[in-house]
Amino acid sequence: MSLASAPPKTEGPALKVVYKSTTKPTWCPGCGDYGVVASVERALSSLQIPTHDVVVVSGIGCSSNLPHFLSSYGFHGLHGRAMPVAEGVKLANHGLHVVVTGGDGDGWGIGLGHALHAMRRNIDLTYVVMDNEIYGLTTGQASPTSTMGQKTKSTPQGVIEEPVNPIALALSAGATYVARGFSGDPKQLSDLIAGGIKHHGFSLIDVFSPCVTYNHLNTFDFFRQRVYKLENAQHDPTDLVKAFAKAQEFGPKIPTGLFYRAEKPTYEDLEPALKEGPLVHQKAGIRGKDKVLDEFV
Amino acid sequence: MKDILLRAGGAAGDGIASVGEVFCRIFTRNGFYVFGHNAYQSVIRGGHVWFQARASPDRIWSQGDGCDILYALDRATVDFHASSLREGGIIVYDPEKFSVPPEAVPSGVKALPVPTLELARKFSPQSILQNAVGMGACAYLAGVPLDTLDGVLADQFRKKKDVLEQNLGAAKLGYEYAQGKSPASNHALPVKGGAAKLLLSGNQAIALGAAAGGLKFLAQYPMTPATSIMHWLADHASAFDILVKQAEDELAAINMAIGASYAGVRAMTATSGGGFSLMVEALGQAGMTETPLVVVEAQRSGPSTGLPTKTEQGDLNMMLGASQGDFPRVILGPGSAQEAFRATVRAFELAEEWQTPVLLATDLYLSEDMHSVDREELPLDYAPSSLFTVPEPTNGSNGYKRYLFTPSGVSPRAIPGQKGLNFVAGSDEHDEAGHLISDVNAGVPMAIEIRRKMMEKRMRKLQGVLATTEPPKLEGPAAAEVTLVGWGSTALPVRDAMGILATKGVPVNYLNVHQPFPLHAESVAKALRAAKRTMLVEQNYTGQLGRLIRAETGIDLPVKLLKYDGEPLYPWEIVGKVLEVTGHVPS
Repeated sequence: MSLASAPPKTEGPALKVVYKSTTKPTWCPGCGDYGVVASVERALSSLQIPTHDVVVVSGIGCSSNLPHFLSSYGFHGLHGRAMPVAEGVKLANHGLHVVVTGGDGDGWGIGLGHALHAMRRNIDLTYVVMDNEIYGLTTGQASPTSTMGQKTKSTPQGVIEEPVNPIALALSAGATYVARGFSGDPKQLSDLIAGGIKHHGFSLIDVFSPCVTYNHLNTFDFFRQRVYKLENAQHDPTDLVKAFAKAQEFGPKIPTGLFYRAEKPTYEDLEPALKEGPLVHQKAGIRGKDKVLDEFV
Repeated sequence: MKDILLRAGGAAGDGIASVGEVFCRIFTRNGFYVFGHNAYQSVIRGGHVWFQARASPDRIWSQGDGCDILYALDRATVDFHASSLREGGIIVYDPEKFSVPPEAVPSGVKALPVPTLELARKFSPQSILQNAVGMGACAYLAGVPLDTLDGVLADQFRKKKDVLEQNLGAAKLGYEYAQGKSPASNHALPVKGGAAKLLLSGNQAIALGAAAGGLKFLAQYPMTPATSIMHWLADHASAFDILVKQAEDELAAINMAIGASYAGVRAMTATSGGGFSLMVEALGQAGMTETPLVVVEAQRSGPSTGLPTKTEQGDLNMMLGASQGDFPRVILGPGSAQEAFRATVRAFELAEEWQTPVLLATDLYLSEDMHSVDREELPLDYAPSSLFTVPEPTNGSNGYKRYLFTPSGVSPRAIPGQKGLNFVAGSDEHDEAGHLISDVNAGVPMAIEIRRKMMEKRMRKLQGVLATTEPPKLEGPAAAEVTLVGWGSTALPVRDAMGILATKGVPVNYLNVHQPFPLHAESVAKALRAAKRTMLVEQNYTGQLGRLIRAETGIDLPVKLLKYDGEPLYPWEIVGKVLEVTGHVPS
């Protein structure tokens, strides 16, 4: 394992907006999630977004503790329910940048339904999934992305279900920015996350974020030996069919980078109640009080 | 009390609910009080459905007992309802569709054949106008002027001029036909009552109360009998700038509402027991993160899918215990449409003031049936004001603590977007600043202390709620032979029963527990100890409010009237039980 628990070295201009929290991460030494939180910090800082204009929403799991390790606003909710909380936050105040973080169990297991519906709404959220292909916090059971045949505490004879394919799911569900990162490449990852935050619409960044304690199959070395970058492979991210084809590659070669991007109206663009600006800044109560009751005569 | 009861029955798809609404409105417009009971099934076509409209110059609260004019669209309606007809009752039917043999007609009742189809065919080959003829005939029999009916129809068809003309013509023929064949009902009301009344369902009252109370965000998943809250608010969303989100399921609905509330707007979700079961985990999340939230729980007959279109008050136990652990919650159980309106406004105030979930409990009977109210009973001049009291610090962070320990248990609440007040709301246990104490600090001495204090801080809110909310009201005479005890919509038939019992010389009063939790135990105990006799009236099998009262006061309510067949309570059932327990009639 080469990834240290320290965040990656910073490059470029000094970070003006500090997203580092005084709370230290509680993940195992060497956990892939260190690289992810560093990349989220770096992405937000590079975009110069004030910390009070960002809400990071998570569910439950090792990776879902992430909001505590940033200095923005945060909501650390229930297992699998981060997405609807984030949708509520965004619809109440679409001036905020809302980032959803969590793991593969949280997002592709118990919360899968919410994730797909949020994607088809093209609501302007950035969803960062720390995919370690295992349940870590509950000490090592199979996850929805565990490999066929993989032995875990809950599958001592090996997994006999096909893993979900997050990239293909997101493409079919209508997400308009679909990317895969690797915790071992924080530069690419932070660029992908920054791109997702800038993107007007639903963005998914599924991240290989190895669990060094419970998953001895999908290790940093496993991914290092297989990943290649789509940006170096002449992939056209505006082509949905090619994106689907790339999403099927999961063998000796595994693509990372931006699979797909499209410009479409977001849910907030189409929602009439938001035409006058964020809900939170609008007046509440009944206007035209005298007339309202006439319909009941 | 003078009243008249019109009942229409047929199959789903016959337009019974529309006829029923017209029956209600022809009275409210002329200034009468009305109650409209819609008895329907979980089918779109077929089966048996019926609607009862009861009208009176005096305040009435329930569907009442019996029936005076029965508009029967099929033979089944005659078979099921003829025995409900009071002396002088009239069955209106079309002999072209079916016959009514003399043995099907109770004594003191007459069957009046009206050729609804034949008269309707003068305007349209389709049968759709038969109800206009039928309504015309029934309006005449009920003593309602034709122009009143015309006015109601004109509003109903205001967007379809040609259809309106046909309906007016058909209604007139029906009216005149009945006029030529029969005197009006002996229960017919005078032409004019008081000022025109408003007619609305309990759900419309709740939706209106929510809008008036400052609702900006509703997330809901359809479920009978809560669905029409979403319908009304969606219909008025543009007018009031309310965002209505139909969620993918109830889990999403409540979590969206929590997210919106956390971000600073008044938010609500509404469902029935099955959906509320799915919301339970998130209810605790609202309690733990101290996020204001209003949840409407419109109960229907359980358990499980139960009777989706029938009423019950069987979810009180669930609401009391919903979600793991202890956290403060408020349960309101309003008794009527006007009370539901006010309770909804109050629910938003309580949720925001105490930063905790408030459950507004209703049931199918209150939510979907039609109620008449005076305009003044729906005050819309309430001005929602935000209770956010945290100013942004002038330089950097001021060490803001979202979950500061306070005597009231309520901590200063900031919302995202406010500079220098950043915090994380956590469903894990946390310290005053919001840092979780559930992982590396769990069980260490300082965290043990924080946990204890944080539990006590949250739970202290209940004392504040108790001190600032109204204790249950004792309705009716102070000196009573029986003190009835109930909550929610039970007030409706109870109030009518109290009126009937007063005329029989049996004074009863009613302890209306409009806020089951936190229960004002001292007030309840005082009222019960002062009672000559008590009688618990509830629409569930186990007497759930009775159990709560015993738990909170130690007082048992051994005499019970419990109903769990899906039908609403009728005044006569309460009257009968009271006469029995007071020894006025043998048991």
